[in-house]
Amino acid sequence: MNIVVLMKQVPDTEGDRKLDPSDNTVDRGAVDPVINYIDEFAIEEGLRLKEEHGGEVTILTVGPERATESIRKALSMGADKAVHVTDDALHGSDAIGTAKAIAKALGTVEWDVAIAGSEATDARGAVVPALVAEVLGAPQLTQARKVTVDGSTVTIERVTETGYQVVTASTPAVISVVEKINDPRYPSFKGIMAAKSKPIEVKSLGDIGLDAGEVGLANAWTKVESFENAPPRAAGQTVKDEGDGAVKIADYLASKKLI
Amino acid sequence: MAEVLVLVDSADGTVKKATLELLTAARSLGEPSAVVIGGTGDAGPLAGQLTEFGAAKIYAVEDDEVGTYGVAGKAAALAAVAKQASPAAILVSSSAENKEVAARAALKLESGLLYDAVGLEGDVAIQQIFGAAITVKSKVVKGTPVITIRPNSFAPEPSAGAGEQVSVTVELGENDKKAKVTESVVEAKGSRPQLADASVVVSGGRGIGKAENFEIIEKLADSLGAAVGASRAVVDAGWVDHQMQVGQTGVTVSPQLYVAVGISGAIQHRAGMQTSKTIVAINKDPEAPIFELADFGVVGDLFTVAPALTEEITKRKG
Repeated sequence: MNIVVLMKQVPDTEGDRKLDPSDNTVDRGAVDPVINYIDEFAIEEGLRLKEEHGGEVTILTVGPERATESIRKALSMGADKAVHVTDDALHGSDAIGTAKAIAKALGTVEWDVAIAGSEATDARGAVVPALVAEVLGAPQLTQARKVTVDGSTVTIERVTETGYQVVTASTPAVISVVEKINDPRYPSFKGIMAAKSKPIEVKSLGDIGLDAGEVGLANAWTKVESFENAPPRAAGQTVKDEGDGAVKIADYLASKKLI
Repeated sequence: MAEVLVLVDSADGTVKKATLELLTAARSLGEPSAVVIGGTGDAGPLAGQLTEFGAAKIYAVEDDEVGTYGVAGKAAALAAVAKQASPAAILVSSSAENKEVAARAALKLESGLLYDAVGLEGDVAIQQIFGAAITVKSKVVKGTPVITIRPNSFAPEPSAGAGEQVSVTVELGENDKKAKVTESVVEAKGSRPQLADASVVVSGGRGIGKAENFEIIEKLADSLGAAVGASRAVVDAGWVDHQMQVGQTGVTVSPQLYVAVGISGAIQHRAGMQTSKTIVAINKDPEAPIFELADFGVVGDLFTVAPALTEEITKRKG
């Protein structure tokens, strides 16, 4: 089975993330980049499917040159190879532009399932996997807490607000997984050494056959007009419980008409 | 006046509050019309509420087949209504499923998508990113603006509309039928409100110590009619389901009232709740970062303060 994991590099959520005031895009230099946390679960799920069904795991990343660091880490977890689509023309793409690039890149590799994390910790749109399915006309099996493959049939448990849905489709299918679907493994020393020689194929927009007019800041269908740092939330009143803590909270809630 | 489509969320024949908020917000952009996507007979019971909150038209896609195909089916239905109505904008409330529906519909309509707005200034969407550290103003510059808006961003206000019911039929394409929903299972216990769009949320953190103690959080939540949330530590420990996780990698909430019990307030957690209108915290550690956010904080033992608060609220509510 050919398993492609869609992986995004994002600014570390522990850092002080910023936008670049020159063009209102994410300032990728402000904070150290890391693998999108939820994508680690997608990588793990890809590795588990390979262990169960055989085949290969390919990491597919659309992102700046520096994403190579995160790709190496994914390879050290056990993925076999990677495709890295990088092109200055991609800078500033919105969710729809990014989905078009991923879809085109998938057209250049063999795949039965493409697995993504359900959302990225930077933009938090949680829409790219659904958009990739829409662009490709492929089945959308997203927000999965469980993935089962039987021949060419893929069945997931999709997390809903009240429980779950069982959703099924034939390959090739676009999957996204929620965290807690598994426990992502840590790279072993052997894995880290092996990753150094695993192939990373670098592709430009031309290589994947996507017109530069479909992506990038200038061609995005949305535009950030302005941004400002939100004022820090002013701390309120804190009291020590002297046996009357509960009453004081209730008084406060009543004063705010919250009870 | 230009029409603004609002995708309707409902449960058990009742329109959800988040939809009433959108019908209210839509009035600043034009004349709201509601879009009901459901099975046979689903639109009728919702018409009264939708009309009361300003729907000029109620487009009804009542087709049992559409729901079978999940997000793809709903997106095709929403796009079909939009093609018929040619609206000035499409507003959808920000649930995980709705965002996917909005995204696919936007692409079908060759239109820009903005998600997780917390306010509107004309057709400019206000978004809060990076754990609400930055406020962004964005605009759709192609096609019909498709904007998803977080629940609790607007206060619903009634304003009667004409409520003209328009039935719309949808032809699903081959690509819309590729993933099939074969079973829907409701797991949520009891009758508590759902986390994402609740007006009041009570969350428990590591301080509760063990799974059995989580009952303290649930009882407090029930006294306030609140949804129950949890910090990542509690979820990672396996004390509660992961759907209850509030934070950077869980659900983002911005209720009228957020009560954090035994939660230290790590960045991870704050990212999911710091836009709450009022925050109350109970924690034994006076240095806990949650107190930097709290409008009202009590430094004390949650095992005495929380049950006493449950009792006090129950008493005052009579």
